[in-house]
Amino acid sequence: MEKTDVSLQEMYKSILEGYLHTGSEHALYEAQQFSRQLIKENMTPEEMVNLHVVVARELIPDLPSEVLEANDFLLEVMVGYGLAYREHQSLRDRQQQLESELAVAAQMQQELLPKRIPKSPVLDIGIKTVAADVVSGDYYHFIEDGNDHIGIAVADIIGKGVPAALSMSMIKYAIDSLPEQRLQPSALLENLNRVVEQNISSNMFITMIYGSYDLKEHKFQYSGAGHEPGFYYNHSSRQFVDLNTKGLVLGVMKKAVFKEYEQKLSPGDLIILLSDGVTECRAESGFIERSELTEIIRKYEHLSAQEIVENVYSELEQFQNFQLQDDFTLMILRREV
Amino acid sequence: MNLEINHIEKEGKEYLFLQGEIDVYTSEKLKQTLLPLTAQKGNEVIVNFSDVNYIDSTGLGIFIGALKSTHNHESSMKLTGMAERVRRLFNITGLDEIIDIEDSEREEAK
Repeated sequence: MEKTDVSLQEMYKSILEGYLHTGSEHALYEAQQFSRQLIKENMTPEEMVNLHVVVARELIPDLPSEVLEANDFLLEVMVGYGLAYREHQSLRDRQQQLESELAVAAQMQQELLPKRIPKSPVLDIGIKTVAADVVSGDYYHFIEDGNDHIGIAVADIIGKGVPAALSMSMIKYAIDSLPEQRLQPSALLENLNRVVEQNISSNMFITMIYGSYDLKEHKFQYSGAGHEPGFYYNHSSRQFVDLNTKGLVLGVMKKAVFKEYEQKLSPGDLIILLSDGVTECRAESGFIERSELTEIIRKYEHLSAQEIVENVYSELEQFQNFQLQDDFTLMILRREV
Repeated sequence: MNLEINHIEKEGKEYLFLQGEIDVYTSEKLKQTLLPLTAQKGNEVIVNFSDVNYIDSTGLGIFIGALKSTHNHESSMKLTGMAERVRRLFNITGLDEIIDIEDSEREEAK
């Protein structure tokens, strides 16, 4: 280390000397090369200033004492600055590490979502989900039982970030480990609630709507656990009706029970499920009203379910100046024939 | 946005007057004030929402935590004076069926 310092000092001395004598471009070029050398040798900024002070004193012996004192003063400042700078650097490194861990969590979370949307000639399904931040608190799930029913869940986990991602994997595995035979929506929520209640911290909860679509009878049976109400859209009257459900959020009370509702669909009718990020979307002019949302959906009614949700998202994104405040999930089911 | 919390003890009851927004940023402050009150046996805690214009799900979570705390410590909690927008969230989440919410503001609390 000492050796390197001495050789660096010699090197700097000759470069500075050259510059003082000639003021040439070449000396400046050498100075640039020298800067790179400093990085390689892990020289701190205050060490460099010190080097300069020492070398300058050797090269210019008759420096006024004010300049010498001023140099010492600069050195003091640089020592403090160096400490603060390194602390900042290490915080930044730490932050980058946390960010990359969070990115891994987000990627794992993507893996929890269904890989594909169930396809059926009689039911068109569109889904759009966008996280406001790196990790989302919204979740959706499909269960295809091969028996003319498609189970559909949309859930919202309170909070964001890592706790949300952890709760989401709990929800997924709890649904996956439910008994093989198809459960009624109310029984499914009661089962999930027991799992969540035992495994969640005291001020967390999950809201969910779960429905089962009967592909033969074209009825949608559903139950809600404190979730933002969806809509039923009647194609022939062009009217929207709230899918109101009464039911407590998951994770609060062990013995919660959930009421079950049923909605029949005619060809062209829609079921719309959403997370509160859709209606809680806030712009400077205020919150979007549910009636404004249904207006937008009606406008795109002639498109496919996927195209509708994409278009609704881009309109609401514009409404919020492209700054999503909350996670956004919108699902549309349409009876085709 | 901010949340102001005023704590007044009157006739053996603990009144909390909230003003502002209860969200992911202000919830921790509310929790620090509310939970020690519900954790004392026999306490009657009354939370006044008259000046609360917004609550998010993290905020609702604080009240769920406080409710569980009242069960564990034989204390009680009542929420009063909610604006419609705030009341709607307690309704959708079903929390209004397990939390004591008084819809008309009590004059004596003022």
